[in-house]
Amino acid sequence: MPTKPLANGLRRIGAGTIRAVSRMGFAARFFVAVLYHSPAALRRIPLTLREVYFAGVLSLVVIIVSGVFVGMVLGLQGYDTLNLYGAGDSLGLFVGLSLVRELGPVVAGLLFASRAGSAITAEIGLMKTTEQLSAMEMMAVDPLARIVAPRFWGGVISMPLLAALFSVMGVFGAYVVGVRLIGVDSGTFWGNMQAGIEFRPDVTNSIIKSVVFGVAVSLIAVFEGYDAKPTAEGVSAATTRTVVEGSLAILALDFILTVFMFRGVGDV
Amino acid sequence: MTNAIELDDVSFGYDRRRPVLKGITMSIPRGQVVAIMGGSGCGKTTILRLIGGQLRQQHGQVKVDGASVRDLGREELYALRRRIGMLFQFGALFTDMTVFENIAFPMREHTDLSDALIRDLVLMKLHAVGLRGAAQLKPSELSGGMARRVALARAVALDPMLVLYDEPFAGLDPISLGVVGQLIRRLNDALGITSVIVTHDVYESLKIVDYLYFVSEGRIIAQGTPDEVRNSADPFVRQFVDGEADGPVPFHYPARSYAEELAAGAN
Amino acid sequence: MNRSAIDLWVGIFVTIGIGAIVFLALKVGNLASLDSKPSYHLEASFTNIGGLKLRAPVRAAGVIVGRVESVKLDTTTYEARVTMRIDNDYKFSKDTIAAVLTSGLLGEVYIGLEIGGDPQMLADNGRITKTQSALVLEKLISQFLFDKVSSGPGQ
Repeated sequence: MPTKPLANGLRRIGAGTIRAVSRMGFAARFFVAVLYHSPAALRRIPLTLREVYFAGVLSLVVIIVSGVFVGMVLGLQGYDTLNLYGAGDSLGLFVGLSLVRELGPVVAGLLFASRAGSAITAEIGLMKTTEQLSAMEMMAVDPLARIVAPRFWGGVISMPLLAALFSVMGVFGAYVVGVRLIGVDSGTFWGNMQAGIEFRPDVTNSIIKSVVFGVAVSLIAVFEGYDAKPTAEGVSAATTRTVVEGSLAILALDFILTVFMFRGVGDV
Repeated sequence: MTNAIELDDVSFGYDRRRPVLKGITMSIPRGQVVAIMGGSGCGKTTILRLIGGQLRQQHGQVKVDGASVRDLGREELYALRRRIGMLFQFGALFTDMTVFENIAFPMREHTDLSDALIRDLVLMKLHAVGLRGAAQLKPSELSGGMARRVALARAVALDPMLVLYDEPFAGLDPISLGVVGQLIRRLNDALGITSVIVTHDVYESLKIVDYLYFVSEGRIIAQGTPDEVRNSADPFVRQFVDGEADGPVPFHYPARSYAEELAAGAN
Repeated sequence: MNRSAIDLWVGIFVTIGIGAIVFLALKVGNLASLDSKPSYHLEASFTNIGGLKLRAPVRAAGVIVGRVESVKLDTTTYEARVTMRIDNDYKFSKDTIAAVLTSGLLGEVYIGLEIGGDPQMLADNGRITKTQSALVLEKLISQFLFDKVSSGPGQ
């Protein structure tokens, strides 16, 4: 019967859609619950500080090293391409704009999702598997307030700082390659960058982007951990989902934000 | 004097098609140690979760200290839980804290006691389970038996009126097993609490409990004091006490008949 | 890892993170420049502004003195009306000439101001009357081909 595979296929699409929508709804309700429990959690600052340490401080090395390398590559490739049009002097502007508007928040966000996000998911998932969350509930302590909210806010606080640091390290890397190695004039490098990059549209939008990415990745990370199947495979699958969904969310949100932020800025 | 826990015709299922509990009725008097026994997956842990309010039954009534757990609001439920200690299957110690912090955790969360007082209380609880020397160790550095004892100290940290034990004997060597069993009995009598033990370890239970319930496929099929159980002629109880592989609890998971299934494969 | 060590590391982390944002704002994004300084507005109309963009620099003798704030088409004269924001430190005479210029062949388009001799200075919302529009390459070439230009293209 030729209609049977078709009907089955449609049924599978339907079931998948329903599952996806119900998960999104569940995640949204979870988000509201986390926000509801946040004031109580934030009143106990040490809890959140500890998570800033795990999400932020422990991501410093990877952010700094990748920032410098991305900046150096941008410096090399950018200079070669710009020089084709005799515009090698604009290297500072090219590097600065690329990093501030896009690469800083996006690459830092992707690194954050795989470094800190996966760790958060694995930690909460393991706490669930070993019944630590259940135990907490039975001690009349809400795990949303005690475990989830501090991790969420630790991520939200760390992400913009990491993104800014990534951009600065990238500019530094490009400076090393462009000015020290290739020999672009230092004054031209900084001058062009400053002339072309404005605080309000460029730097503030960059910070807004990184905050949005921080919220998205942290939410996905705590949700996946909390929602993980309490088995070894469940936790490993949830960790993978955090990295995949977190990265996709960053790229999709980046497109949406860029459309709203930068479309029309350069035009009359 | 009312009973600490009363279950009246309680039914529960995670979904409509697969009921886990089918009309459980039991009453647990104050100050006693009561065991709920049964094979794996028979719904005995579910009973504990109903008592603790982590699950809500579809039918019947669960009363703890006279209050119907299902009808409690969030605040009332949390107030009730503060008076219940629970020992989880593998301890469920917080792995990111030291032993000391694990036991101090419920005190810090629910009281405004000074650090000095909390320290004294924690050391007292640890002394009671014989692990005062392990205060600064991490849970990962403990043996299974030690972890269980620390979890026991944490369960009684707030001097509860009721302690629930989910498989306190699982995966312990015979010595640790005896130690944990004696601790449960001693803490129960010294602190004047009520204890409910969910377990499948019949020998250890018979040594320490006042009363036993046997649960199979969601129903209570036998009950009695340890002496009654030892002398029982009930085939299920006999199978459980003597540890026979087949009996009223079948060895085989429900399936078509063996011959039928082999014949089906041949076609 | 004890409390005070965590506090210390988080403190270091937050400090360098905020330092990075400040660096982006000041050194990369040039926040301290014109945007925040007191300024006044000048207006000028051009028949053609070429590739002039918002926030393009306004230069006098090559020094940036302000930025283009808005560009509109005046529907009565069909000229482009450009509003510039000029740093309060710089005043220009009433007969100043404004021109749409390009730095290099592919460089940025900016407005160049050339000061005149009038002792009276332009006030806020003042209007620059003498303007020179952008040179459009196609027009230049056609003019050159039809030999209607007496000398080479100047400014």
